Formats: sequence, C-alpha cells, structure tokens
Amino acid sequence: MSDTVIEVDHLTKKFGKFTAVDHVSFDVKRGEIFGFLGANGAGKSTTIRMLCGLLASTEGTARVGGFDINKEPEKVKENIGYMSQKFSLYEDLTVEENINFYGRVYGLSNHLLKERKEWALEIANLRGRERSITGTLPGGWKQRLALGCAVLHRPKTVFLDEPTSGVDPVMRRKFWELINDLSAEGVTVLVTTHFLEEAEYCNDIILINAGKIIAGGSPKELKSNYIKTPILEVQCANVIDAMSLIEKQPWALETSVFGTHLHVSVENEEAARGHIQQLSMQNGLDVTHVEKIIPSLEDVFIYLLDQEAKKN
Amino acid sequence: MFQQLLPIIKKEFRHIRRDKRVLAILTFVPAGLLILNGYALNYDVNHIKLGVYDQEKSERSREFVNSFLTSGYFDYAESLTSSAQATTMIDDAKIRAALVIPPDFSNKILSNEPVDVQILVDGMDANAATTIIGYAQVVTLEYSQKIVLNELAKMGRGNYIPIQYDARIWYNPELKSAKFLVPGLIGFILAITAIIATSLSIVKEKELNTMEQIDVSPIRPINLIIGKMVPYALISLVAATLVLVAGYFLFGVVIKGNYFYLFCATLLFIIAGLSIGLLVSTIADTQQVAFQLAALLSMLPTIILSGFMFPIRSMPWWLQILTNISPAKFYLVILRSIVLKGVGLSAFWDQIVYLMIFISVVLLISVRRFKKTIG
Ligand SMILES: Nc1ncnc2c1ncn2[C@@H]1O[C@H](COP(=O)(O)OP(=O)(O)OP(=O)(O)O)[C@@H](O)[C@H]1O
Ligand SMILES: [Mg+2]
Repeated sequence: MSDTVIEVDHLTKKFGKFTAVDHVSFDVKRGEIFGFLGANGAGKSTTIRMLCGLLASTEGTARVGGFDINKEPEKVKENIGYMSQKFSLYEDLTVEENINFYGRVYGLSNHLLKERKEWALEIANLRGRERSITGTLPGGWKQRLALGCAVLHRPKTVFLDEPTSGVDPVMRRKFWELINDLSAEGVTVLVTTHFLEEAEYCNDIILINAGKIIAGGSPKELKSNYIKTPILEVQCANVIDAMSLIEKQPWALETSVFGTHLHVSVENEEAARGHIQQLSMQNGLDVTHVEKIIPSLEDVFIYLLDQEAKKN
Repeated sequence: MFQQLLPIIKKEFRHIRRDKRVLAILTFVPAGLLILNGYALNYDVNHIKLGVYDQEKSERSREFVNSFLTSGYFDYAESLTSSAQATTMIDDAKIRAALVIPPDFSNKILSNEPVDVQILVDGMDANAATTIIGYAQVVTLEYSQKIVLNELAKMGRGNYIPIQYDARIWYNPELKSAKFLVPGLIGFILAITAIIATSLSIVKEKELNTMEQIDVSPIRPINLIIGKMVPYALISLVAATLVLVAGYFLFGVVIKGNYFYLFCATLLFIIAGLSIGLLVSTIADTQQVAFQLAALLSMLPTIILSGFMFPIRSMPWWLQILTNISPAKFYLVILRSIVLKGVGLSAFWDQIVYLMIFISVVLLISVRRFKKTIG
C-alpha cells in the first residue's frame, strides 16, 4: 500500500457559473498534518466537503484512503472523521447522548463504546460534564466535543474545517496538541484554519486563493522558497504614514503592516537601515527600532497574495 | 443494518421530549382541537331553557307545553306573565326561548280554526336559533298531528297518516353530528401531527447543520427515514387512541367495528401523513417554510377535500378529482365504516387499496428526493 492517503487530481467545483474550487491538485501522506489556508470564500470548505463525499465534484477527482470520492462516497465516509465548520452536533442532547448516538451509529459494541466514550471525554476534557446539555457549553468546549465525536470510530483520516474558530488562544494550543497526538498515532489530518500561526504546526501546507492553489510545501520550504530577501521590522509612532512613505521608495520591495509595526522586505539590509533612518529624520516618523527578523508564514502569505493581486 | 435504527429512534424521542414546541403540537393540539371543534361544530342543542307564557292555562294548553318538555330538548325555566317579560328574559339570557300560547288556544282548536302559537328564540347564536326553531316545529307538528289523528279517529278513519316524515334525522335527535365529526377530527389531527412533526424534525437538522454530520456518517438514508418516522407514528397512534377515548366520553362515540382493521387503517393513514412530511422536508430548507407548507398540506386537504366538512358528491367534477390528493378522503370512509357503521372489510377494502397507492406514490417521490439531498 502506498503512503499517500489523499490524492487530489484537478478537483473542481462550480456553483452555476461561479468556480469555487478551480483545478486543485495535491497529495497527503499517512500521518501528516496537512494545512489548508486561505481567506474567506477561498474554497477551503468546498474542497473538504468534496473530499468527505458530501459534495460531488464538477470536474477532476480525488481518492481518499484509496476510494474515489465520486464513485464510492459511502466507502470514503466509512473511513474518515469530519468536523464541519459550523457546529453540527445536537445542541439539545447532552454530551454523553451525542457521544452515544454517534458511537452506536458507527456500530460500536457496548464494550467498545464505553471505552471510546471515556477516551473522547478525556481528550475533550469534558469529564464531569457528561450530563450537560451540549448547547449550554462554551464554544471551545463544543469544538472539543465535536472533535471527540469525529474521531470516536478511530478513522484513519480526519478532516477538520476550522476547528479552532471561536476558540480562545489557550484552548487553541490544547486543540493543536490533540491534533498532534492523533497524527502521532498515524492518523492523517487535513485541517483548515484562518490563523497563520497555527499553520506552523502543519507538516505541509497549501495556500488557496479564489479556488486556486497559489503555493504549497512545508512551512520551512515556503519561507525559504518565497522569501529570499531580508525582512526588516520597523517600529514607529505612526505606522500608516510610515507605510505610505516607505512603500514609494525604490529600495523597499514589499511593505506591510503588522499591528504596531511594519515589515519591509529589502534588497540590502545595511543600505535599507540607512535609508530608513534618513526618512525618519526628514519626515519625523519617529522610528524607534529596526530589526532584521526571521520571516513568518504570514510574511510569506502576504507576499504571495500581493503577487496574486498584482497579476490580476 | 437495523443497528442504526435504534439509536436514531432513541435520539428522536429525546428531541421530542426537549422541544417544547413539538411536544405541544403532538399533545395539546390534538386534545384542544377535539374539544374545541367537537363543541364548536356540534350543532346539537339540548336543555334549552324555555319560558312559557300560557295565556289560557287550560288542560289542553298544559298538554301542549308538556309535549315540549317531554321532547327532551326543552327544560321548563319560567312561567311568564307578559310578552315583554319574555323578551327581557331572553335579553338577560335567563331563558333561550319563550313559548307564547294565546288565550283562545283550546277554543280555536275545538272550532277547527288554526291557532297561532308564538315561539321567541334567542338569535345570538344563529345556528342554535335555527336548531331551536326546528325543534319547536317538530314538537308543534307532532302535537297537531296528534289532534288531526284524534279527529280522524272520531270520524272512523283511524291511524291513517298520508305522508310520514322523519324530521328527527334532520334535527339530529341522536347527536349524530358529533359522531360524524369524531372520525373526521381523528383524520385531521393525525394529518397535522404526522405531516408537521416529521417535516419539522428533518428540516431542523438541515437548518442546524446536524444533517451534515449524519450525512458523513455511515447512516443509510432509509434508516434515517424509518428512524424519523417510527417515533411520530407511535405518537400519532397514541393521539388517535386518545381522540377515540375522548370521543367516547365527550360525545358518546362507540366503535362499532373491528379494532384490528381500525388499527391497520389508522397506521396506513399515519404512514401516508409521514410520507407527505418527508416530501415537505425535501422541499423546504428552513423550519419556517416547512411549517407553513406542512400546515397547508395537512389542513387544507383534510378539511376541504376529505369530505370531513363538505360532502364530496356535491362538489364540481374537477374538485372531486382533486380530492384524491387527500389521503384523509380514503381514511374517513374507512373510519366511518368501522366506527359508525361497524361494517366489515368488504365495505372499505377499495379505500385501503387507494390509500396504499397514495402512499407508494408519495413515498417513491420523497425517498428519491431525500436520497438526492442527503447521502
Ligand atoms: N452551495 C453553494 N452554492 C453557491 N455558492 C457556494 C455554495 N457553497 C459555497 N459557495 C461559494 O463558494 C465559495 C467558497 O466557499 P467555501 O465555503 O468553500 O469557502 P471557505 O474557504 O471555506 O471560506 P471560509 O473561510 O469563510 O469558511 C464562496 O464564495 C461561497 O459563497
Ligand atoms: Mg469554510
């Protein structure tokens, strides 16, 4: 058996004339955490729903666990776990009732169900809340329960569609620990996220924009492949004014705002430092700090999306 | 395959228990509908308080008044002293009707002249007023007939009545409308619970996105459909039983026929309702739309097209054809046959066949549509 669990081949989905997913191709290996990134409406959920056998593709195909998503969607469904972007457990049932229901539906025996329930409650950290009505739980707790239910039957492949949206940062870290544990057990995880820092946890990433893949690789590869020039982080009083000034300089290749500071990619670090000091003095920009930084994925994606925008 | 069924049924019962609205539709609505409609649509008027202004006070006039009281419809309430008193007492709702007997009542009868007796009726409830007038007419006619018969007897031509009429059917001395109504109401109530509850329970899953999780699980659509139908079928059966029990205690409706046939026919009708509910759920995407569509599809055909309120035979031909979209039409024939007439299978087997055809057609369409949207 090959090590490739998910093979996607020119997968395309059209809603009427609108192309939501446009000839997307990628492979995912066993035990990998595969990140799926893109802005709102990029086509992440649509791709995942096709891979889960929920939606037929318009063109192209994909195999999940060796089964064709269009020809054998039922086989695909048997072997995967899916956590949808919108909470999809029963809010009017208790935590335990939800787990029992899905356990039974997946055909778990009494003994196995009991064991898996304990395990799901453990990983979801919901012990003691078995009898709580699901709808009354805070968002992060619900998400953990949803993950617990999605992996109750120990699927080999798990699709998580924005599992951490609406979850606070501390809980988010815990969530990723869970995902890491799954992957360590050999489960293949395909996950979408809005949070770029979360993408760093992934073994492989693809960036999707307007239905098309615009970049892919491991976080390290992406950084070294696309960011070849040094990046300076500039701290100053008025970032917006500074940005509009620096943007126009020929030595500044790429400029973007990161909260209270700017990231400027330049050709030559030393020369650029001089230029920035000069600009600061001439225009009263009040630059307090300039530092060369290791590029983050965010830098990469901003760069890539800028390139895309320039193309169109 | 059936291992999936039980958890779905269990889960569905839990939803029903926790959803106040569905619980209300399934429990209070049937009971409320029966009592409300049973009484509102019950044209029978009983124990009418009768005031009597007897200006003659003769033996004959008392006999005439007595024929009112022994008819069973009228209760003696007041002896009146003037016509004006009659109207004020009606206005004050102390009495519902007043009988005014002229002072020359006996004399005129003896001299073979027609007598005018007056009956004043509270017209507040027009239907009841009509009924009261009808009763008064029957009593008066019967009394006149008695006089005529006596006269004929004296002339040696006893007991000949040229035309026998049976006013009792028209004026419903046996409370027949209530008996006639209860089967219709059972059909109505079952249609509402089955169609609305099933469609809402499925569409709710679409609206809240829980259907997506079901869809990605190995649950087979047919199991989901059966799992959704079984709880509502059981509840509808209980509702039907309750209505029959209530019909017995409130309106004295006794089931004359075979209980087993009744059960089977009712189950068939419920399945027909559930199939329509399923069809609605494949059309509607929100609970609001589903509710409106289901309410429309359950109430209109059951009230208008089933023969519940309007006799089908008196409809224009195209409407008569249209009545076949209402499964209640077939069910009502069966129900009336079993409950009211107590006749056997031979009297209604054709209706069972129609009902089965109806179910097959609707189920075929809706299961196809359901499979297309889910799974
Ligand atoms: N059933 C549908 N009919 C028509 N258009 C749709 C449908 N589903 C999705 N779309 C459109 O396809 C595009 C991609 O949607 P998708 O949900 O895949 O995006 P996404 O990347 O998951 O976005 P988000 O981050 O907001 O979840 C969007 O523009 C959306 O409006
Ligand atoms: Mg999405």
